[in-house]
Amino acid sequence: MADISIRKVAKSYGKTSVVEALDLDIHSGEFIVVLGPSGCGKSTLLRMIAGLEEISAGDIAIDGTIVNRLEPRERGCAMVFQNYALYPHMSVADNMGYALKVAGVAKAERLARIGRVAETLGLTALLDRRPAQLSGGQRQRVAMGRAMIREPKVFLFDEPLSNLDAKLRVQMRIEIRKLHNRLSATSIFVTHDQVEAMTLADRIVVMNAGKVEQIGTPLEIWHRPASRFVAGFVGMPPMNLLEATVETDTRVRLADGTPIDTPPLALRPGTPVVIGIRAEDVRVGAAVNDPGLVLAVDFVEQLGAAALVHGRFGGHDFVVTAPAALAEGAPEGLALGIDPPALHLFDAATGRRLATVNDAAALARPAVLAPTA
Amino acid sequence: MEKRATFGHWWIGIAFAIPQIILIFTFFYWPAGQAVYWSMTLQQPWGGGNIWVGLDNFRQILTDPLYWNSVVRSFVFALFSTLLAMGIGLVLAVFVDRELAGSKVYRVVMIWPYGIAAPALALAFRFMLAPEAGLLAFVNRLWPGLWDPGLDGTDAMIAVIVAFSWKYVGYNFVFFLSALQGIPKSLTEAAALDGAGWIRRLRDIQLPMLTPTVFFLLVIDITESFQDSFGIVDIMTSGGPARATELMVYKIYFDGFRGLDYSGAAAQSIILMILIVALTVLQFRFIERRVHYK
Ligand SMILES: Nc1ncnc2c1ncn2[C@@H]1O[C@H](COP(=O)(O)OP(=O)(O)O)[C@@H](O)[C@H]1O
Ligand SMILES: [Mg+2]
Repeated sequence: MADISIRKVAKSYGKTSVVEALDLDIHSGEFIVVLGPSGCGKSTLLRMIAGLEEISAGDIAIDGTIVNRLEPRERGCAMVFQNYALYPHMSVADNMGYALKVAGVAKAERLARIGRVAETLGLTALLDRRPAQLSGGQRQRVAMGRAMIREPKVFLFDEPLSNLDAKLRVQMRIEIRKLHNRLSATSIFVTHDQVEAMTLADRIVVMNAGKVEQIGTPLEIWHRPASRFVAGFVGMPPMNLLEATVETDTRVRLADGTPIDTPPLALRPGTPVVIGIRAEDVRVGAAVNDPGLVLAVDFVEQLGAAALVHGRFGGHDFVVTAPAALAEGAPEGLALGIDPPALHLFDAATGRRLATVNDAAALARPAVLAPTA
Repeated sequence: MEKRATFGHWWIGIAFAIPQIILIFTFFYWPAGQAVYWSMTLQQPWGGGNIWVGLDNFRQILTDPLYWNSVVRSFVFALFSTLLAMGIGLVLAVFVDRELAGSKVYRVVMIWPYGIAAPALALAFRFMLAPEAGLLAFVNRLWPGLWDPGLDGTDAMIAVIVAFSWKYVGYNFVFFLSALQGIPKSLTEAAALDGAGWIRRLRDIQLPMLTPTVFFLLVIDITESFQDSFGIVDIMTSGGPARATELMVYKIYFDGFRGLDYSGAAAQSIILMILIVALTVLQFRFIERRVHYK
């Protein structure tokens, strides 16, 4: 258990800035997921916390102690690497027990602890094997065991599941969360996979290009994305984002002239904005009898329970979730209903979220609106 | 499947290979064959016929204490020069790997000695290690007579070992450095998080993973110490004093071209050849089944 405080931490390689003045407070026992696209500086952040990378500016404190100048081993962090980084010339048991051996733990106790951890992870039968003789999932477990055995204050995970197949990934995801709950250490988990982030995190830190875009619980991130980037990154399919211009207090006009009603805005008419709406928040219907909003359908992805209908709307690519039956038979157009409360508004220039009166109520709204015909 | 280059006529390919074949035949198979033939005959130094004696030459060599002296000297030389060259090469590589990962300049600078011809290098060392005027002269001023490779056999052996090792330190360094840099960084990082300091990481993680390189260099260094030592010995000590540095390769030359015992020298060179071929076979077998950690 340890809280971690990151203050104005930056990292640059020569003139290239990789992480910029980053602030983050992690509570003891929390499960934090750092989510962001590849190359945004997630691993760098994690490695700075671990002590594998020097920080260029700022302070990192673990449990109130500033660790900027401490060696990795003095920080009490354990890390699971993306490629597992198992010692290829050591058996599974020696891999897991190496930290204890270095720490001078007596052999009998060492073996006992290896045995306990191996049992937790279902590795007992594999203790004498070399890493080369293990499957991907087993290697992943050994890497976890090696991290667990020291009972560290902080667990760091660098995309530990990205080398596993889809099924194993889901299974290990659940195990990692269970393990976290049981060990009650502080965990920081880096991933580019939003599903992992949503399912694992107490709080998600969304990063982009070396900067924090948003910090919040999975539901906060989902319902109130703080920026256009977060809105587009979190969600499957990604949120529809359309360029528009403010017309009145409660209406914007899309690029092609389509008017959209919005929650009350305090913006000057003519201001460029970006409106966002999730595929599942759009009401869809079959009838195209009024001159309302119409999606020109391109193609349909059937998912069984529902379908993703892709098409063009307001001069943009647009996707909606429709009941499977409605999408059947490849309709040419669908009637759309966009409720003002379901809309997200972003500043066209900065990409930041524009506060609307609906934001306060947003969290109370059910995650999925029942589509009505 | 990649399409191989094909030749319009069967003889074109052979024509391309002929210069190479001629070279190999002239400078390897023919002399080697001659040496085998000579080693089984008694050659007249002035020419004029030879007598077939079968394995008598070998029998004579292998019962000659002077020959066994050169064998022992050769192995002592091989052992210490290999240890020295590999040891220093490894230490330098470890430091460069830690401080200057990726520095190309070091590699180039360190490989230079390997490119220097052995006699030139030996000449330089002869001056440096000269007891009366060299760098070590001041040692002799403090302890008169402590260092004199011209009189003391051990000193002479140390001198040739140092000169030879100096040449091969760079060679070993380059291989060790690239092997060290080939070890995934995450392994040493994982060990660092496991609490190991850098010496411990070196011992527990990096060195075990260098085993293939160590074996490779061991064979190369020993093989080279049997062959490439000639120029150094010839210039620095001429095998002396009192045969203290008479290595196998030098004795072949000495018996053959100074002693004019062609047959004996030929037999000795066959023995050395077998030794080197054996080492090379060992190396090839080893490279094929290299200890791979994956
Ligand atoms: N040693 C380095 N030198 C220069 N740039 C680096 C170095 N390591 C990482 N970077 C750069 O820093 C950025 C962030 O890297 P990283 O933290 O690994 O991203 P992520 O883990 O989010 O994919 C990348 O653009 C990468 O090219
Ligand atoms: Mg990464």
